[in-house]
Amino acid sequence: MRFASVRDFQRALERALRRADVPMAYSQGFSPHPKISYLPAVQTGVASEAEYVEIGLQQERDPQQVATALSDALPDGLEVVEVTAAAGRPLGEPLTGEAAASVWQVRFDDVDAAALHDALGVFLAATSVRVPRSTKSGRTEVDVRAALISASVRDESHDGRACAILEAVVRHGTPSVRPDDVLTGLRDVAGLAPPVPPVVTRLAQGPLDETTGAVLDPLS
Amino acid sequence: MESHFPLLEPLLPRVRKPVQYVGGELNSVVKPWGDDATTVRWALMYPDAYEVGLPNQGIQILYEVLNEQPDTLAERTYAVWPDLEALMREHGVPQLTVDGHRPVGAFDLLGVSFATELGYTNLLTALDLAGIPLHAVDRDETHPVVVAGGHAAFNPEPVADFIDAAVLGDGEEIVTAITEVVRAWKSAGRPGGRDALLTRLAAGGGVYVPRFYDASYHEDGRLAAVTPNRDGVPDRVHKHTVADLDAWPYPAKPLVPLAETVHERYSVEIFRGCTRGCRFCQAGMITRPVRERSITTVGEMVDTGLKASGLAEVGLLSLSSADHSEIGEIVTDLADRYEGSNTSLSLPSTRVDAFNVTLANELSRNGRRSGLTFAPEGGSERMRKVINKMVTSDDLIRTVATAYQNGWRHVKLYFMCGLPTETDDDVLEIADLAREVIRTGREVSGRRDIRCTVSIGGFVPKPHTPFQWAAQLDHATTDARLHRLRDELRRDRDYAKAIGLRYHDGKPGIVEGLLSRGDRRVGAVIEQVWRDGARFDGWSEHFSYDAWTAAAETALAGAGVDVDWYTTRERGHDEVLPWDHLDSGLDKQWLWDDWQDALDAAAGEDVDDVEDCRWDGCYFCGVCPSLGSSIEIGPTGRRLLPLEPVPPRP
Repeated sequence: MRFASVRDFQRALERALRRADVPMAYSQGFSPHPKISYLPAVQTGVASEAEYVEIGLQQERDPQQVATALSDALPDGLEVVEVTAAAGRPLGEPLTGEAAASVWQVRFDDVDAAALHDALGVFLAATSVRVPRSTKSGRTEVDVRAALISASVRDESHDGRACAILEAVVRHGTPSVRPDDVLTGLRDVAGLAPPVPPVVTRLAQGPLDETTGAVLDPLS
Repeated sequence: MESHFPLLEPLLPRVRKPVQYVGGELNSVVKPWGDDATTVRWALMYPDAYEVGLPNQGIQILYEVLNEQPDTLAERTYAVWPDLEALMREHGVPQLTVDGHRPVGAFDLLGVSFATELGYTNLLTALDLAGIPLHAVDRDETHPVVVAGGHAAFNPEPVADFIDAAVLGDGEEIVTAITEVVRAWKSAGRPGGRDALLTRLAAGGGVYVPRFYDASYHEDGRLAAVTPNRDGVPDRVHKHTVADLDAWPYPAKPLVPLAETVHERYSVEIFRGCTRGCRFCQAGMITRPVRERSITTVGEMVDTGLKASGLAEVGLLSLSSADHSEIGEIVTDLADRYEGSNTSLSLPSTRVDAFNVTLANELSRNGRRSGLTFAPEGGSERMRKVINKMVTSDDLIRTVATAYQNGWRHVKLYFMCGLPTETDDDVLEIADLAREVIRTGREVSGRRDIRCTVSIGGFVPKPHTPFQWAAQLDHATTDARLHRLRDELRRDRDYAKAIGLRYHDGKPGIVEGLLSRGDRRVGAVIEQVWRDGARFDGWSEHFSYDAWTAAAETALAGAGVDVDWYTTRERGHDEVLPWDHLDSGLDKQWLWDDWQDALDAAAGEDVDDVEDCRWDGCYFCGVCPSLGSSIEIGPTGRRLLPLEPVPPRP
């Protein structure tokens, strides 16, 4: 599923909503579209356990029943974690901008945990790590170090195969720092070159608690 | 057999559109691998990119038919793009199915559907990646039996070296018959090895096994004969015809991919076959006779297909959908049923006929009237007489005017270039027609923002058609003719902006022509060009004409024939054609007489049109008596009821 693009995910969701008989609201006009608000999604190739969408309905529905019907209708690999009634504020509010953050997990196969730990140390010691990014308005730079709230490394080697896991809390923003920017930063300042492409998963996203550095539930 | 996905997964972040390789489509199935002696396993391949292959009806139908059988499993595989091919070779990953990610080489059968000849090089890539020897004679009983189907299989001679068998016609019934022959052979302990299995398949005359036939040639390069080289093999192999489409309501559970594909709709075939008698049309000739699906089955399929897929568009497919005996009722009833549900209905391009505008209006009841496509095919009335497509210029203008009057803003017209006896003037007449279309359209609609797009395809003569003897137009003349048309359309500024022109250069058509009417000697050309790197020949960014001509020069050296000989040469009455031993049901003499009628019409003689045998009596093409088939059409007089409204959930 991580290889599906944002558009692939959106098509699959809209079809599942039709299959699940969820009474979607549609926009007016020549080619009506279902009223669904999407938020910035993970890049193609990145898995996620925490994506959020807001769906406009024509009629009120029990959230639990929508969750069950939609789960059954979605293809394997896409699961509904929770459905709640809209909170009366745009969903983007707790999830975008500098006040929000994501928890990322990065699995490095064939990388020694100690080596990853050392690389992370070099990275954290830097005052700023700027990596290039192309955006709609041209090329720019983002400061990966400044966006990184916290990070830890653990060893998950098994059967003689080295495997290191990096877990990192990264602040959102414009442009948002993405996990591959962090990987670019680790390569640039600490020379970390994984032999196989690391597997990235978003574990959570939500408002950032500035005092504890924790990522909170955006629906609460 | 385990999933090999862990081998593939690390490569995917490094390729374009990785989602096309992961499978997991809604309604796809992964059955247990099963017991080796009793389970029959098919890998079904569409030899093009996933985005083109996934929506293919033939593959989806056979996938479902096979997987419904006990102890039978079918998985799908598609051509991998060169970026992934290079990585798979580097890391030793074999060609895999997208369902179970099992190696294609481990299956009992590899069924390949050739809608076009331009997939041949992709078959070679897949065989090579799967570890299956390219040449059928080098395979042993551990390798899959490679079976070709699809329209191109009506002349499989150019790929005869690479396939074990070919099947002509409808696959629904023969695919299970083949399965049972393989199962019996496997459960008996594979007696006699691969040779015995192929002999059993060939014996009934319904499966063509090229290695059991030898081709011989005259000194001038022409084919002398293709004859069986062993006992128990019939002289000719016949095509398969499913009589009752209502008995085969597939696909019932359409595959819905995550990846974007070329058709994002649920397609229902409303009839198979066409007897309009257009002389260029291979599909119409080889799928005879017409067999309709009844209005009630169409209605049920649309209902279950939409519920099973969540798709928002329905396509009513066939070779000429407006010709269904109850098309008006089908369209009206479906439009009624789905009114207000944001479900859209569509028909493929239609014949030039005012009734088609009525249908299109009905289909677009709720939506925007954007584009409507008509296919007059021939630019001049003379050409339309030659191809037996009876449309006068007045008919065309009248029909298009009706469309603009009904609020359509954009009309697309489809033509061919390079038809037999065609001259520059025939093609230049397209410009006059297009200008007249716009002039009339502006007049009847009172608007200046209407448009007309002219699309032109190069004509390629095809086996089993009246034009199978014709000389193909060389690519230089094709290009020059189309450039003259382009200049002519640009000449008048008042119209130029309202008329779009789409065409392709003539070179790919020559390669298609070589592969369409080629014999077994062309196999060496395919292998050579593939070794030189040819892949995805249906894609202009991958196709290389120079690679093909260079390969043909090498591979055909000393054979006394060349690309021109296969393409731009007209054949004579007595020439043995490479597909003469493959029986599409059509009487060769009938095809020849029809070809002569075309030439007479071209010369200005008054030749009777060949009307449609559904309404105008039999023209003795030979199909029904030789295959024991008959026309199966309505009307049934039935109508579709509205669906039960879905009760609101509490």
